[in-house]
Amino acid sequence: MTDATAPEAAPPEPGSLFAPDARTRRRNAAERRFRAYGLGAVILSILALVLLLTSVIGNGAGAFRQTFIAIPVTLDAAIVDPRGNRDIEEMKKVTTIGYGRQLEASMVAAVAAAGLQSEGISDKDIAGLLSKEAAAGLRNRVLADPELVGQTVEVRALANGRVDGFFKGRVTMESAALDSNITPEQLVLAQRLREAGLITIAFNPQFLFGPDASELRPEAAGLGVAILGSAYMMFIVLVLALPIGVAASIYLEEFAPKNRWTDLIEVNISNLAAVPSIVFGILGLAIFINFMGLPQSAPIVGGLVLTLMTLPTIIIATRASLKAVPPSIRDAALGVGASKMQAIFHHVLPLAMPGILTGTIIGLAQALGETAPLLLIGMVAFVREFPAAPPEGFFDPASALPVQVFNFTQRADPAFVERASGAIIVLLVFLVAMNTVAIILRRRFERRW
Amino acid sequence: MSLGILVLAVLILAAAGFLAGRRRAISSAGGDPRRLHSLPGHYGQFAALLTAVPALALLAVWLMAQPMVIEQRVASLLPAGDASTSSLVMADVRRISTGLQRLAVTDGLSPRDVAGLSPEGLAPRLRAVGVAVTSMGPETLAAARAHRDLQDRLGFWMVVSVLATSAAGLGLALARIRPDFRARNTTERFVMVILIAASLVAVATTVGIVMSLLFETMNFFRLYPAQDFFLSLTWNPQFRGGSDLGIWPLLWGTMYISFIALLVAVPIGLLTAIYLAEYAGARARSWAKPAIEILAGIPTIVYGLFALVTVGPALRDWFAQPLGLGASSSSVMTAGLVMGIMLIPFISSLSDDIINAVPQSLRDGSYGLGATHSETVKQVILPAALPGIVGAILLGASRAIGETMIVVLGAGAAAKLSLNPFEAMTTVTVKIVSQLTGDTEFASPETLVAFALGLTLFAITLVLNVIALFIVRKYREQYE
Repeated sequence: MTDATAPEAAPPEPGSLFAPDARTRRRNAAERRFRAYGLGAVILSILALVLLLTSVIGNGAGAFRQTFIAIPVTLDAAIVDPRGNRDIEEMKKVTTIGYGRQLEASMVAAVAAAGLQSEGISDKDIAGLLSKEAAAGLRNRVLADPELVGQTVEVRALANGRVDGFFKGRVTMESAALDSNITPEQLVLAQRLREAGLITIAFNPQFLFGPDASELRPEAAGLGVAILGSAYMMFIVLVLALPIGVAASIYLEEFAPKNRWTDLIEVNISNLAAVPSIVFGILGLAIFINFMGLPQSAPIVGGLVLTLMTLPTIIIATRASLKAVPPSIRDAALGVGASKMQAIFHHVLPLAMPGILTGTIIGLAQALGETAPLLLIGMVAFVREFPAAPPEGFFDPASALPVQVFNFTQRADPAFVERASGAIIVLLVFLVAMNTVAIILRRRFERRW
Repeated sequence: MSLGILVLAVLILAAAGFLAGRRRAISSAGGDPRRLHSLPGHYGQFAALLTAVPALALLAVWLMAQPMVIEQRVASLLPAGDASTSSLVMADVRRISTGLQRLAVTDGLSPRDVAGLSPEGLAPRLRAVGVAVTSMGPETLAAARAHRDLQDRLGFWMVVSVLATSAAGLGLALARIRPDFRARNTTERFVMVILIAASLVAVATTVGIVMSLLFETMNFFRLYPAQDFFLSLTWNPQFRGGSDLGIWPLLWGTMYISFIALLVAVPIGLLTAIYLAEYAGARARSWAKPAIEILAGIPTIVYGLFALVTVGPALRDWFAQPLGLGASSSSVMTAGLVMGIMLIPFISSLSDDIINAVPQSLRDGSYGLGATHSETVKQVILPAALPGIVGAILLGASRAIGETMIVVLGAGAAAKLSLNPFEAMTTVTVKIVSQLTGDTEFASPETLVAFALGLTLFAITLVLNVIALFIVRKYREQYE
């Protein structure tokens, strides 16, 4: 018996289950709102991705096409080979200034031959439509083949960066009026030359294979040295990080006793994976360059630093795929008399290989895009010379793709924004290719036990 | 002999060792492999390992030590100066030494010719082989000659000693091969040592990082008072000395930008993870998840360019200038926003794991009591997942603090203590890059400060990582 009285019963709620009351409606509205927030967040992140990619591709697509001017050039023997003996050593004394004069004369003649009036424009301005790189290109061509002297050759030279920008919409008549490097009259002439067919816009292999160019010649800047440098570094990373990473994982996963010491190694590895990349750059500068005396901006130093950075990624991936191999495989091998080392190297490791390779490729892709540590080891230097063939080339100065992007962004001429975005497109193409290989490997060889 | 050929020679010797070891084992057993303790291949492996590993280890050590030895010997030949000038002279010596070698190759000079070269008229000849020299006195030339000489001699001895070690290893191995020699056990012990050495590389890396940071930071504090570094509110490096190197403006910029980045990334990332884990159908998941993971695979330099070219100018033209808050396209807001985008996939994939780890029974219980889907998420799943999510946010913060390229391109270079998010500010990482790039000499506090900044950065991120890893690990165990 209790004294407690039942609470006064609430009056039965009117209405039916089919007509939601105010509270249910409110709760359902909250449900819909929450769902909409979630969807909004997903859409926002995908929108960010789309915006990022369109911005980069939109800015960079132009870098692969370039404006060229095709003119016939008569190589006056009196200028390019003053002694007339076709001796390469003698001809090397003629600088690009001499060739520039030739180009100027030919350019003026070509404009006249096309029937275009060029009053009000000096000869120098007409020649100014050409890239400053054109004379050097012509000189190299003549030095490679002295027989050309005295002949008339077809030259397909790069146009000046501003002219190129004009056809790509970057330079306008208004901006040219304020620009000391180009005049609106020159642009009018360029437009006419375009109509006359002397100026064409075509694919530019020099962007992919040529070396970098100076700040004043954005039209000639290329990625050749950077791509080669990146390739060298990736090779070093692959050769060092894969064996070391696999060896370390085998020890930690299969042999290491569980004690404080191995625990320390494990904590240490998961920690290294989260250390800011720039700290690895400081390590490279202090240890590899200052202490060991390795050369600055060399792929060997970049490769070593990136190896240390990639190692945790590879170790984590390798350990996961070693763990995924069922113990029955090991037991069977041990049961027929294999030693533990044989069981692992002959049976477990081959089965774990697809996972290891996938992890390695993903680690390499990360290393390929890494910029900050390379800045500190001097890879920002302006390098025009291609490094030699390996292994000596590993010690030659080189650039790297992401660092080249950074270099381009540090230059004043807006034409370099296009170059930087173009370089990123190249970088992204490499990354997509590597990740595709990783996905294919995983799909084809991964086994579920 | 070039390095590549030397390595190749050692490897060929090792391959020969394998064959020789195998053959010797079989012949020592009288052609009957059953009388051997191990398989014939094990004897071969033993010989190959003993031929290659010590020789290659010696080569690695030699390559590291040689430059140091040469520098020390050559430095004693030069007139003593202060640290910065002597490092410049040393660079000259190195360049001239390279030039002398190239001259010897191109002009066919004998060692005696090189010894007879005089400083006069040498500079143009060096330039002809691609070596630009700033100054050259008789002492520098003599030092360069000694440098060249030492390098040649040490290089020669390196080849000799590496090949000798390799051959000695081979001989030793072959001598030990007998039918009752336990080749498999010995080889496996050898391999074990290699495995352990590989797993120590990670430890060595950490030790290297800490040592190099600590060592140079101590040098820095010898030149610049520590209390000024930690307490001063101005950052104003002067390359003529007398600079203010207070860390606070940099830390403030770092924290401000990271805060904005997390403000963007945490809600979006978390909501994305919740939507994909709880609401989205299988088809939407199958394309939305990889798309967001693409964001995670994009290098940070791409985000940096995005900030520099697109986001920065857009923010300036649409927000900062109309509101009268600033006219700079690089700003805390630019860097923070873009960094937030970079962190979205990071936060969302970590939270996704954590949300999926919450047991289904908790959800079912909540539904059984009549809760709606969103009430279940907000009142059951999120509280259960909270520690893990906090861990994910801490890891994200550590990422944001250590991020470099986005802030180098998006945040600006002016060290300021200001609240206006549309103003350019700078971060610890930006200043590390700017103090250490280009021609650096390691004697001035303006350069060495980068190591102190690096140590600060390392310490902050280390603490965040350790706490986050601890929380995440502890949390994972909770439901297992």
